[in-house]
Amino acid sequence: MRINTLFYCIWQGIRNIFKNKWFTLASVATISACLFLFGLFYSILTNFQHMVKNAEQGLCVSALLDAGMSDERVAEIRGTLMRRTEVSEVEYVSAADTWAQFAEENNFGDISIFTENPLEDCAHFDIYLSDVSMQPALVSYLESVEGVRKVNQSFLTAQALTGVNAIIGYVSIGIIIILFLVSIFLISNTVSIGISVRKEEIQIMKYIGATDFFTRAPFVIEGMVIGLIGSFLPLIGVYFIYNEAMMYVAKRFPSLSQLLAFLPVETVFTNLIPVCIGLGVGIGFIGSFTTVRKHLSV
Amino acid sequence: MKTTGTRRRAGSAISDKAIILEHVSKAYTAGVPALNDVTLHINKGEFVFIVGDSGSGKSTLIKLLLRELLPTSGRVIVNGTDVVRLRRRQIPKFRRSLGVVFQDFRLLKDRNVYENVAFAQRIIQMPNREIRRNVPSILSTVGLAGKYKARPKQLSGGEQQRVALARALVNKPQILLADEPTGNLDPKNSWDIMNLLEKINNNGTTVLVVTHNREIVNAMQKRVITMKKGIIVSDEEKGGYIDED
Repeated sequence: MRINTLFYCIWQGIRNIFKNKWFTLASVATISACLFLFGLFYSILTNFQHMVKNAEQGLCVSALLDAGMSDERVAEIRGTLMRRTEVSEVEYVSAADTWAQFAEENNFGDISIFTENPLEDCAHFDIYLSDVSMQPALVSYLESVEGVRKVNQSFLTAQALTGVNAIIGYVSIGIIIILFLVSIFLISNTVSIGISVRKEEIQIMKYIGATDFFTRAPFVIEGMVIGLIGSFLPLIGVYFIYNEAMMYVAKRFPSLSQLLAFLPVETVFTNLIPVCIGLGVGIGFIGSFTTVRKHLSV
Repeated sequence: MKTTGTRRRAGSAISDKAIILEHVSKAYTAGVPALNDVTLHINKGEFVFIVGDSGSGKSTLIKLLLRELLPTSGRVIVNGTDVVRLRRRQIPKFRRSLGVVFQDFRLLKDRNVYENVAFAQRIIQMPNREIRRNVPSILSTVGLAGKYKARPKQLSGGEQQRVALARALVNKPQILLADEPTGNLDPKNSWDIMNLLEKINNNGTTVLVVTHNREIVNAMQKRVITMKKGIIVSDEEKGGYIDED
């Protein structure tokens, strides 16, 4: 293809956007509305996932060790645990530290008056998980390790978090699929109406010997540019709403700030920007490509 | 009804023929043929009128020649190309060897005269400098050199048809198909268009005109093919419009 033909197709596509103002406006509005909803749901769900992940990270399994275990053996068990994929962090708490911590929590005051450590057999590992659903596997492994006399776990909490995680995953996928299908349907209809009005133009092109590519290219470029514009507007909207929502919660509910730890807007938008642009441009491409195809058989 | 005049010689060499239809039938719905076993040969450089009432099969014939439709049976050869055997991707190139003019002009309404004609050249990927040379030249041939900036709605029917004619001719087609080119025009404009078509034909282009215009057909004394209910009822050299009654 000649370069001037390519530029001609691109120019015609861009020109069509301004020429068919109402069609452009309707298409941009439809794409924007759909992607705005998508962006909002994405932000909410990402934050939910982030909060659940935070809760997961605070959850640990305690492995109580036999009294008088040598430092070498402690280091050996710790090393083995650190190599496991479900483990994110292993903290060793010696018997002395356990006693000091216990005394502090119960306001015992000066513990130097105690000649013996009553928690001599309470040296333990606090093991934090990277994936809370793997807790049962870790517990059964710990129970088989020589020198571990007891394993304490928060089974119910872990189970609840795993459940919440799964639900968020399913809900996310469900909402994204529904929004995507609704977007495709609405946008194809809008594009379809806009292109049907120009059916005659397509027929004329075909009658005088235009190839499918030459006929289709301006419409597809038009669809993609509309998709691009239609994806920028909701991104700007979601950006401001997100920031406003974070500030509102921080100001109005300061006590919840620990629980509602929002992701920074940059983190959410790192994924949201390419996804939204991809969806907008992709939907514009698919919508115009398929609709023009219907009129090409002249 | 007039009797059938001089029949064309079916045995002429294919290379002399611009259009060949051999036993062509076309039925849109089973059992109701729009064309019924039509055989027709048109030589290169001929000027031919196709006349007949509505429903006689004229438009179907044009659509078959443009490869917009496929025949139910028979062979259609245009410029040496068997259109039945054309693959979908070969159709655009085939159509570029034809010029087409319609009753309703079919101009791109949002583009000016120059761009409407240039469009046909852009389709064949003509370089811009060639387009800048060819378009004014053809516009001057059809008498519209001074109106190249006008939009179709700013032109009269006759002028719009001349733009359509310029667009059909700019790529120098071997055959020009005109489907009721004067159907929307007053007598003066109709004659202007017919004179242009004759001039084009004199330069060697085969011209096939589907028309209802009795006065023009009778006056021009060209070959006239009359169709009725999907068959050719008359094919005359220097013929005239045959009345139904």
